[in-house]
Amino acid sequence: MNKKTITFTINGEKRTVDVEPNDLLLDVLRNRLGVKGPKYGCGKGDCGTCTVLLNGRSVRSCIILATEVDGQKVQTVEGLSRDRLTPLQESFIERSSFQCGFCAPGIIMAATELLRKNPNPTREEVQKAISGNLCRCTGYEPIIEAILDVAKKKK
Amino acid sequence: MTSFLGGNNKGYEMEQLEVVGKSPPRIDERAKVTGGAQYVDDLEFGPDLLYAEVVESPHPHALIKKIDTSRAEKVPGVVAVVTGKDFPYKFGLYMKDRYILAQDRVRFVGEQVAGVIARCPKAAKRAARLVKVTYQPLTPIFDQMQAIKKKPKILIHPDLKNYSHVPWFFPRANTNIAHWRKIRKGDSKKGFREADAVLTDTYRVSRFAHCCMETHIAVGKVDYSGRLTVWSSSQSPYTQRNLFAGALAPLGFTHKDIRVITPFIGGGFGGKAGVTMEILAAAFATRVKGHPVKLRWRRDQEFYNTYMRQAVLTKLKIGVKKDGTITAFEMSNYWDAGPFVEYGANVVNSSGLSATGPYSIPNVKIDSFCIYTNLPAAGPYRGFGYSEMLFSVESHIDRLAKKIGMDPAEIRLKNGIRKGDALAYGAGMHESDIQQCIEKVARAVRLGKKEKSKDPRKVIGKGMAACWKGPAMPPNPSSSAFLKFNEDGSINVLVSGVDMGQGLLTVMAQIASEVLTVPLEKIRVECPDTDRNPYEWQTVASHVTWGCGNAVRRAAVEAREQIYDVVSRAYTYNRESLFLENEKVKCTTDSDFALPLKDFVIDGIMIEDGTFRGGPISGRGMFMPEYMSTQCDPETSQGGHPNPHYTVGAGAVVLEIDKETGKIRVLKVAEGFDVGKAINPELVRHQILGGFLQGLATAIYEDMRFDKDGRILNANFTDYKIPTSLDIPDQIVPIIVEAPQHDGPFGARGVGEHTMIPVAPAVANAIEDALGIRFKSIPITAERIALAIKEGAKEVK
Repeated sequence: MNKKTITFTINGEKRTVDVEPNDLLLDVLRNRLGVKGPKYGCGKGDCGTCTVLLNGRSVRSCIILATEVDGQKVQTVEGLSRDRLTPLQESFIERSSFQCGFCAPGIIMAATELLRKNPNPTREEVQKAISGNLCRCTGYEPIIEAILDVAKKKK
Repeated sequence: MTSFLGGNNKGYEMEQLEVVGKSPPRIDERAKVTGGAQYVDDLEFGPDLLYAEVVESPHPHALIKKIDTSRAEKVPGVVAVVTGKDFPYKFGLYMKDRYILAQDRVRFVGEQVAGVIARCPKAAKRAARLVKVTYQPLTPIFDQMQAIKKKPKILIHPDLKNYSHVPWFFPRANTNIAHWRKIRKGDSKKGFREADAVLTDTYRVSRFAHCCMETHIAVGKVDYSGRLTVWSSSQSPYTQRNLFAGALAPLGFTHKDIRVITPFIGGGFGGKAGVTMEILAAAFATRVKGHPVKLRWRRDQEFYNTYMRQAVLTKLKIGVKKDGTITAFEMSNYWDAGPFVEYGANVVNSSGLSATGPYSIPNVKIDSFCIYTNLPAAGPYRGFGYSEMLFSVESHIDRLAKKIGMDPAEIRLKNGIRKGDALAYGAGMHESDIQQCIEKVARAVRLGKKEKSKDPRKVIGKGMAACWKGPAMPPNPSSSAFLKFNEDGSINVLVSGVDMGQGLLTVMAQIASEVLTVPLEKIRVECPDTDRNPYEWQTVASHVTWGCGNAVRRAAVEAREQIYDVVSRAYTYNRESLFLENEKVKCTTDSDFALPLKDFVIDGIMIEDGTFRGGPISGRGMFMPEYMSTQCDPETSQGGHPNPHYTVGAGAVVLEIDKETGKIRVLKVAEGFDVGKAINPELVRHQILGGFLQGLATAIYEDMRFDKDGRILNANFTDYKIPTSLDIPDQIVPIIVEAPQHDGPFGARGVGEHTMIPVAPAVANAIEDALGIRFKSIPITAERIALAIKEGAKEVK
């Protein structure tokens, strides 16, 4: 297969990499660029553990081809934490929201997108925003509470 | 935030606790919300990393006639292709009935027959497809009741009588019965004669999948000096090492030659206990010496080639007097345990010992059969058979209560087990408070008070269930801990208990903090590494708060004794007058004395002549119960002490059901558990929140289907439905009861599996309350409810 050279911004840094046309974004991020935040959970877009922000929109990196992000901006959980934690991350820590933590990077990106668009969501809006992210450990409640706490604090 | 109802700390040392009993934030949370937490697939192994792919059987039961690997070996990038001939070695935790790769036959669709190891995943996949296996299909058995028929005689393990196993398993040679646990207590026939109401019925619980968000994964490497290291997502690094050593002994490996490292893991729920696919990484590594080889399960493999939760058919007969006293209990459990029961046989065993539920019953007869089938491999799952057993028992008790016109909470209170009562196998029950759990959950949902839905198409129903579980372990399960100080007064605690999300690291840190007065921010608890962290049997059975907690406490106390030792030698103070407060050594007889720990925990203390006393402070702790025994009469199970203790509890639900669609909305839940002492009450609440939802999912959502060849049809999250954030109850009330565990750290016993156990029967009871329909099998999907309503059914099998 003919490789394609792509250049895109990942967590604020421009990176260039040669990829196969059928390489998935998730695999390129994890195995070629060392960005381990997004996880392999199902490989089919069902579970959300691979969620990243593409130009600010949450997408499933396990079903996006790497070539699709050429010239685009991608953000993962590592991109949130460079200098200091976001109020959302601090809120999750305070509430001990995550248990095993495997769903956390994906949920954090989905919740980050929500709060950027809608800084004062209702409980139902929070539930809907993370409804594409499966979590087996927590029963979701401590995650929802932490997201709502951030909204409350902003007020 | 939330309020915890409970607390009856009778008689335990009334210490003023600073950290234990509070709810500080988890110490691993920062790592998990920043992307800092590393799981096995996040570790880098360099450009030399090889990738493995397995070749799987398409048949549920077949002889392997021939394997042709020649075309696979020629694929560019392939380094090695291996088959069963390369590893004719057995393994198994409680019984050795499993090979690393299939030998002469396969026993389920998906069983691994060969392995390809290649430079990149694509080459491995391509080559795996080119391995040609010739099979001779055998007749499969998918129904455990078929498997135990006298004719036709299809034996899934013809060689069963030669398998080595723990002495407390009783396989039946020349059958498909891998184990038969019998309980005989009192005289059940007499007990039924004394009853005023007797109910007999059959219940079915189907198979379920753990659905950890992280699939099973392992990387194995035999370095050039011949040492094997396995990085695995595991609940049991030391047990893995032990099983690898046993299986690979013919290749010259012993325990010192093997190291198992477990970083953070993405969930376990029992599915990552023992050993499943990890042995493949270990074995493959021996073939490609010097190179690390990674095997990561796809999501579909996670469903069919790890452990599933076993299915069971239960025949149950219970008799009660009109005052509610249970007089007799007869139960036969026929378990579909899958093709290998090296671990799953203990699910049958341990739940079979305690299947009565948390009640004092004088006359008990239970037969639990662990039966081989050709459905996918099955084994440990959160609850270890208790969810399955108590679905039938707690449904049945509700029906009997109705029969005699008694309130469902009342009948459970009446029979609830108390300290000193005889368990089904004769041993005495310890102090615990099931009555408080039942009372409080019933009150929290106002059980018995009918509610009406605002929507005329919907009805509201309420139901409850009592439950319990004891840790299912061999009689010598041990935990150990090392603890060391650093120059800044911080502490490293080394344990091999695994934090799979339940909060082990935080709870261990709280225990160390309480003893040594070092704040949580200065305590690290390290993930397991069998070279450096001391022994832990497994992180299963909800026992590590108790077992590992005891070990950590002892290690902290030992360190504290060293501290008092060196201070009393360096100063003139009486050792008995010393105490710790806020990271300082203080003295009851000298209020000015306040020596910071960080001043001497590495450097020692200098005395007047310039010499030093002391040196680096560290501690070691170990805990192993010395009162458990599996020795008992094999015909009755009387005489043993197989469970160290039980955590009792109860759950109640309020459901709103749409009569047209059968869809259920959970309005309110209450769950209460006697945890002895909640070391971190918020984390107990989190177990209730998560466990409830997992239990709800088995009750109404998760519906595993197989085709006529025993192949799972819905091995993905689209078709096997686990709850999303939209499916959670409106309100969950967590209730903590504390009747102290005499040999637990600060009185604590475990809670983890338990929060799932009462849910399915509570839901079934609430559905009966709402609709007057008794479902005797799960899952009770919306479709089944809607159809039952349409057909006017009163009972559904």
